[in-house]
Amino acid sequence: MKLQIDGQDHDLGDLDPRTTLLDALRERLGLMGTKKGCDHGQCGACTVLVNGRRINSCLALAVMHEGDAITTVAGLEADDGTPSALQEAFMEHDAFQCGYCTAGQLCSATSLLREVKRGEPSVLTPMGAELSLSELSDDEIRERMSGNLCRCGAYANIVAAVRQAAEAES
Amino acid sequence: MIGKATRRVDGPKKVRGAAPYAADQAIEPTPYIGWIVEATIGKGRVVSIDTAAAEREPGVVRVLTHENTPKQIPYGETRDGSDADRFTMSHALLNGTEIRHPGQAVALVVAGTLEAARGAALLVKVTYETDDGRYVVTGEEPEDLLVVPDELDGGQEPDVVKGDIDAAMAEAAHTLDVEYTTPSQISAAMEPHATIAVWADGELTLYLSIQVIGWAITALANTFGLEKSQVRILSPFTGGGFGSKLGVHGDAVLASLAAMTLEHPVKVVQTRRSVFVNAPHRGSSIQRLRLAADAEGKLLGVGHDSRMPMASYGYEFAEPTAAGARASYETPALHTVHRVVKVDLPPIDSMRAPGEAIGSLALEGALDELAHDLGLDPLELRLRNLADREPQSGKPFASNDLRRCLEKGAEAFGWTDRPEPRQRDGRWWRGWGMAACTRVNMLMEGAARIRLDADGRARAELDMTDIGTGSYTILTQIAAEGLGLPLESVEVVLGDSRLPETAGSGGSFGAATAGGALKNATDNLCARLVELARDHGDSPLRGAEGEGRVAEGRVWIGDRSLGFDEVVGLVGGELSAEGSIAPGENSEKYAQYAYGAHFVTLRVDGVTGEVRLERALGAFSFGRVLNPITARSQLIGGMTYGIGGALTEALHVDPRSGAFPNRDFAEYHLAVQRDVPPLEVHMLGEPDEKCGALGSKGIGELGLCGIGGAIANAVFHATGVRVREMPITPDKVLAGLMAQGD
Repeated sequence: MKLQIDGQDHDLGDLDPRTTLLDALRERLGLMGTKKGCDHGQCGACTVLVNGRRINSCLALAVMHEGDAITTVAGLEADDGTPSALQEAFMEHDAFQCGYCTAGQLCSATSLLREVKRGEPSVLTPMGAELSLSELSDDEIRERMSGNLCRCGAYANIVAAVRQAAEAES
Repeated sequence: MIGKATRRVDGPKKVRGAAPYAADQAIEPTPYIGWIVEATIGKGRVVSIDTAAAEREPGVVRVLTHENTPKQIPYGETRDGSDADRFTMSHALLNGTEIRHPGQAVALVVAGTLEAARGAALLVKVTYETDDGRYVVTGEEPEDLLVVPDELDGGQEPDVVKGDIDAAMAEAAHTLDVEYTTPSQISAAMEPHATIAVWADGELTLYLSIQVIGWAITALANTFGLEKSQVRILSPFTGGGFGSKLGVHGDAVLASLAAMTLEHPVKVVQTRRSVFVNAPHRGSSIQRLRLAADAEGKLLGVGHDSRMPMASYGYEFAEPTAAGARASYETPALHTVHRVVKVDLPPIDSMRAPGEAIGSLALEGALDELAHDLGLDPLELRLRNLADREPQSGKPFASNDLRRCLEKGAEAFGWTDRPEPRQRDGRWWRGWGMAACTRVNMLMEGAARIRLDADGRARAELDMTDIGTGSYTILTQIAAEGLGLPLESVEVVLGDSRLPETAGSGGSFGAATAGGALKNATDNLCARLVELARDHGDSPLRGAEGEGRVAEGRVWIGDRSLGFDEVVGLVGGELSAEGSIAPGENSEKYAQYAYGAHFVTLRVDGVTGEVRLERALGAFSFGRVLNPITARSQLIGGMTYGIGGALTEALHVDPRSGAFPNRDFAEYHLAVQRDVPPLEVHMLGEPDEKCGALGSKGIGELGLCGIGGAIANAVFHATGVRVREMPITPDKVLAGLMAQGD
């Protein structure tokens, strides 16, 4: 059983099939960047990217993802260690306090930008409307980030950070 | 440096997922995983416990129960009979058959992997004898069940009564006598309570998710009969607390017990559902509000009495629900009486802004009702009743900026443009609301150390925690300012019980206490540097004339100076100084509060009753602003927390068994991103030198106080429906709309 995480191959041997992707990352591989907030897909803290799309890693079994490209928060920065535009924007806008939900927020927001680029609508998007990163409304950002809870209450700053990254990327 | 907008120094770690929280620590050998088996009854005792099937599961190391674990000091007691409070007493578990509350741990399954532990936990068979328990406070309790708590959280008296509220109510032109209720709530820090325990050479080391390290050390020593010196706690990052991590809970006790029993590191991370029952929650409240006012809206009487649950076992904790009523508005008659009813629920304890958070919902709602009755602008009603001295004690305030918060907030919000009530716009009702907020300011005892190394770099050391408040950042600023160094030349080390003891993070006292201690340590170090530069036999400045001072990272005597490295070189490799702080005369002499005013607009769906916030503005005054970035974050964080409290959060209780039927995030609804409108924060304060060494007041809880009242008042302004039973969920609004024919 192998997993490819942040560009690196990891051998998990005979992994217990009950192991979630989240627990495989944390407890088997010691990759602690991804956090467990609820283990039930209710908080988003464990969000990672699988082949570029966000999922709750607590709701996925590790064995389902052999051969997939998995990106965690540790894989968002450039190869030379430069933070991504989103990571930079999160720091600039103080888009976190305790930081526990931050890995999930960042992975989720990274995926959000790609979803908008692909023109994928949210429940707020008017039927047939063209989506663009440069005109992404704050309400669209709020809606698309509502699966990621933050109890410290950094939501307003997260919106500002995502908006900045969206504008930079448009 | 202090007061400058400074980015969080731990930001680069946090955005890379590289900040190690308790359960993230890499330990050798790899810790076993402990999985908690919870009691499935409310109150009673374990009759039998069959662990055979669980222990046969591959990978299971041991199932710990009361039958095979060493005896601990009984829950609630201490190792030496000394006094202890709820944070420092024994927190023994698996120490007998008694079940005090629903969900209490009855076993810990320890296995080599999480999957094995979790799977085997399902196989533990427990039989119980169930006693009748009391799980809800209804307001119908007979007198003999009403307990007068010894004191309220923060040391306040349970009863403060002055003047004659009954006479005021009988004689006043305008009176109000209403009941508000708030439900049980949960702190819900995003990081579940977690511990890795290591037992080696007679020393217990815990990597622990905690707010206050010192109390946790005492609690663990009292639980296991250890010396405090045998316990070490490391807690460099804590993923939120909001009161629920002031003390230790099941994860810490059970991981320690297992590590000591098995002589192997053990990790216990509470599941989210477990956190609801094996960590504290805020009790429900029934609050009676009585207001009496003359025709001009001058208050003649304020009554704010509350009835809340208190845990029936081990410790006392009662919220100062009327704290705001005792502190905010001038009145000749004040009646504030707190009663509790003992219940057999999971631990009831502090949750962000105990007292003011829920008390302000009722007080500020009632004031809005009175203003409506008087035909007066609710802002004006508050302005007419501001206090010159603390209403409950007659003490002078260290500073009272409530008027400015109200006036500046109203101006910034454009409050004078508030439309007439009950504006209908298609299916939406639109409304505006406001409320004031007051939150007590506290200073505790704390100590800190600052070191300078041979290269002239500084290192601050204290057992303070950073639970998201920004401790690392403000302490870096304080040390840098004190020594005239750039931020990059200061390292702050926190979260280790071997470092000087602070009061940790809680009650909004963290920054003033830890920061004040560090400032004093830095001042002491500066004095020592000057003394060495002037007096040391080998100093090039020996005997130099002029004022001695530290600036720009150098030690000056008159107009001559030495680098830190040179001065440190005089005494070998390093120089250090300690400093401390304690509440002094000013804490006694002056009533100390931080202040704020909230203004919101919202719309209410006329079809579903759903409330959607559109805008919220808070104007706050809290002494010196240590860092406007992290301060603003704390304030918007508090406002966001309060939005959930007003609109969605309710922990329900099954009155038959004490079970919480909605103990997860699918059913207990925190505010989510889309529930939070654009937030605007104004910080108005100036340094208050009567408040600690820094002139700052605490703000971790301030933003939460009052915003719920502003929301409830805006719902009334929008619809004419007054919801006094929190939270303001669609069903309640809709029932009100239908009752009035809308």
